[in-house]
Amino acid sequence: MNRRISKVALVALILLASLIVATTYWQTWATGGLAAREDNEIQRVAQFTIDRGKIFAANGKTILATNVKRKSKDGQTLYFRTYPGHDLASNVVGYSTQSRSRTGIERQENSYLTGSNADLGTILDTVGDRLKGTTIKGNSLVLTIRPGVQWLAQKLLRGKCGAAVLLDPRTGAVDAMASSPGYDPNLIEQPDGYAKVQATKSPCPPEPAAPLLNRATQGLFPPGSTFKTITAAAALDDHVYKPDSTFYDPGYCTEYGKQVKNALDQNGPEAYGTVNFVEAYQHSINAVFCKIGMALGAKRVLEEAKKFGFYSVPPLETPSDARSASGLYENGKLFDPTTSKGFSRVDPGRLAFGQDKMLATPLQMALVASTIANGGIQMRPTLIQKVLSPGGSVIKRLHPHVLRVATSRSTAGAIKNMMVEVVQAGTGTQAQIPGVVVAGKTGTAETCSCNTVYDAWFIFFAPADHPVVAGAVVVENQNNGFGGAIAAPIAKQLMQAILPTASKANP
Amino acid sequence: MTERNRELAYLVAVGALTGLGFASVYIARQAVVGWSSLTYAAFFVGLYLAAHLIARFTVPHADPYLLPMTGFLTAAGLTEIYRLQPSDAFKQGLWIVIGVAVFALALITLRHDYRVLESYKYLFGVGAIALLFLPRLPGLGETVNGARLWVHAGPFQLQPGELSKIFMVIFLAGYLREKREVLAQGRLKDLGPLLVIWAATMLVLVATNDLGSALLYFGIFLAMMYIATGRLSFVLVGLGLFLAGGYVADRKIPHVHERVVNWLHPWTSHKVFCPLSGTLALRQDCQSYQEVKSLYSIANGGFGGTGLGKGTFTTPNGTPLIPDVKTDFIFSALAQELGLIGISAILLVFMVFVARGMRIALRVDDGFSKLLAAGLTFGFALQAFTIVGGIDRIIPLTGITLPFISYGGSSIVANFLLLAGLLLVSNRANT
Repeated sequence: MNRRISKVALVALILLASLIVATTYWQTWATGGLAAREDNEIQRVAQFTIDRGKIFAANGKTILATNVKRKSKDGQTLYFRTYPGHDLASNVVGYSTQSRSRTGIERQENSYLTGSNADLGTILDTVGDRLKGTTIKGNSLVLTIRPGVQWLAQKLLRGKCGAAVLLDPRTGAVDAMASSPGYDPNLIEQPDGYAKVQATKSPCPPEPAAPLLNRATQGLFPPGSTFKTITAAAALDDHVYKPDSTFYDPGYCTEYGKQVKNALDQNGPEAYGTVNFVEAYQHSINAVFCKIGMALGAKRVLEEAKKFGFYSVPPLETPSDARSASGLYENGKLFDPTTSKGFSRVDPGRLAFGQDKMLATPLQMALVASTIANGGIQMRPTLIQKVLSPGGSVIKRLHPHVLRVATSRSTAGAIKNMMVEVVQAGTGTQAQIPGVVVAGKTGTAETCSCNTVYDAWFIFFAPADHPVVAGAVVVENQNNGFGGAIAAPIAKQLMQAILPTASKANP
Repeated sequence: MTERNRELAYLVAVGALTGLGFASVYIARQAVVGWSSLTYAAFFVGLYLAAHLIARFTVPHADPYLLPMTGFLTAAGLTEIYRLQPSDAFKQGLWIVIGVAVFALALITLRHDYRVLESYKYLFGVGAIALLFLPRLPGLGETVNGARLWVHAGPFQLQPGELSKIFMVIFLAGYLREKREVLAQGRLKDLGPLLVIWAATMLVLVATNDLGSALLYFGIFLAMMYIATGRLSFVLVGLGLFLAGGYVADRKIPHVHERVVNWLHPWTSHKVFCPLSGTLALRQDCQSYQEVKSLYSIANGGFGGTGLGKGTFTTPNGTPLIPDVKTDFIFSALAQELGLIGISAILLVFMVFVARGMRIALRVDDGFSKLLAAGLTFGFALQAFTIVGGIDRIIPLTGITLPFISYGGSSIVANFLLLAGLLLVSNRANT
């Protein structure tokens, strides 16, 4: 009998040992995943016992998020968030509340902010805090957002629906990222505050105000003529056309037996007659790009777009569900005719000038401008300059990182010249800055068949030869609002806000 | 050193630990807890010294580790219950007193020869089933979380199933000792009475909707059958039968099906039908709420735990975050506050307890005692596995208590009887 008892004993001990194994799994491997779950109230509440790290703007002084202390019923000290800048960069920073969990950087960088990241120094600090029974302190973040530029961007967009993204083409550091209408994150935790924020009146009816939507990374807009940059890059990369190739512009382009007219942000006469490639881009002549698009084919244009980052969600330190991929959309879903059959649903001529189901985020278009500015090399966009320990020492400094090589240096150079022409004597003259060579491209996208309401775009970089700033501005649903007239002046002011100090730093 | 002196030394260590535990709760929660918390520790030490004296007097040669381990487990449970709800700790403390009294009573009455129990085996068998059947009686039973396991007796709520488990082990030990040679031949007619008892038990369990107890009883039954007869085929056929039964239950009994679904897919990304509200909801917000919240609690502890008294169980304004945290989910609370290090220590104590229990079964020389000690110990191990395995998602979750730790009188008293049984057998083995 004893041998059998030993066997049963072994089974019993194995069963109990399996409990230790399973518990180990839940308390080590699985903790990160469980902590990140939306419905994890324990984590949400527990994290209020942590002195959460502060969030600073790029100057290291302007505080975007900090804490106020309060006692709970249990007598525990709890730390609640407050946002002294109110709506300043709230679309990027997000909020951290009890009632509605977290968004933005508050959510994505929660592990740094709560000191639960895996850096050895932080682990030792928090274990020390725990053993001493003192409050755990999180790490602080210094963003790349420049408070002055960010404030200006939000001011210029106030009363409109739209977004602006400015970044340093050499490093990918985001200088400003505005989305309008915005919201004050301090309201979220207040009674009915969330409802109040949701009820923000829309400045661009019939579109909803959607103040919690980060239009800069989530908003999808037809890119219009700014997309000609991609088409031009495809044409030049293939050596099908050269900048001095000539075209005849009859004022329209025939596709599927229908005439596609020159219109929108094109200035000057209705038909230009014989023009070269640079002039076609400079004056944004749809008929010419329509022809180029048909010659290249939709597949080729989309391939080029992918090289610039379309069809993938751009990396950034905000939650991935707050960023969208740009590309062709049908019924609200991204579709890729190069992998699924569906070219019959794409119209290459209209695609070439950024209409026909093509939707892009302002961040994506800012990356296009930034890539051209940086000689075809796309830097990984980033919002975080450095992570600081509670004592103030630097734990992590973010280094510039090449995201992808989109096109050749020569193609980027040729497009840069075209973009300079646009600002000097084309559709984007309103972005001119005295003493600085600015490169840009306007876009005016139809949002309905009414031909009077447009999304106005401007993508840009400056100074053209040694760019320190690149970006995109979009303003939604403007009555007769052309990119050159609405978005270019905003872009100009934003570039001016950055240029003086930047040019001093980089002589 | 004699067994009893060794026991005393370990009890002193456990007493010191208990004092530390209450002290840390007191330090962490001064705002809500007074100095009186420390009197619990003193009272607790006194109680176990009394239990020790009774053991010294009745079972002088019994295993010296079981009582200190019991003390450790009950202290861990009591401290955590105290931390969660001081008023419940008082009740739990009273139940531990009753448990120790029953323990003393059992030791004193059976100190000469507990094997008299063998002659009443059929009485215990019938008693086991009767106890299981009690909650089905109208007016007496009560349904909690979909399972009918409770009985009202005046101000008390009792779970007769806990006691029934011990009765069943006594019955099986006696019956199998007598019939094991015949049973080993595997003739169907010899298996008759056993199958009848088993079928009756299963029927009652199906009627009470409790999968956890079914697993527990059936596991004890199979383990004891195997020890008695040595026929692995019984175990395999039995496991097959159990799995088939479980499958049918999953298909036919909504309560069981719900548990299985919650086990396999506790989280949904889209809304599904919620039987509690009759509307659509994410499963983690509805059916699998308990399972999921308890996992969050465990995960929040991480490696080192939050520290006793510093875990998060309520929102800042006092709304509880984990349902049934004192009873079914006391493990999740301890795992949060003690962390992987602390909860592994507790699970290791369970393992040592089981190892000591099995050692008693190995050392004692008569069949009834061997079966009794092995059956009680295996039941103890399987019960811990059933609840913690359910919480850890090894098996579907069922509401069953964690021996000596969970809040609940029936469980405490029954497990003190189990301890008394093991000590009696051990005393016999060592003399």
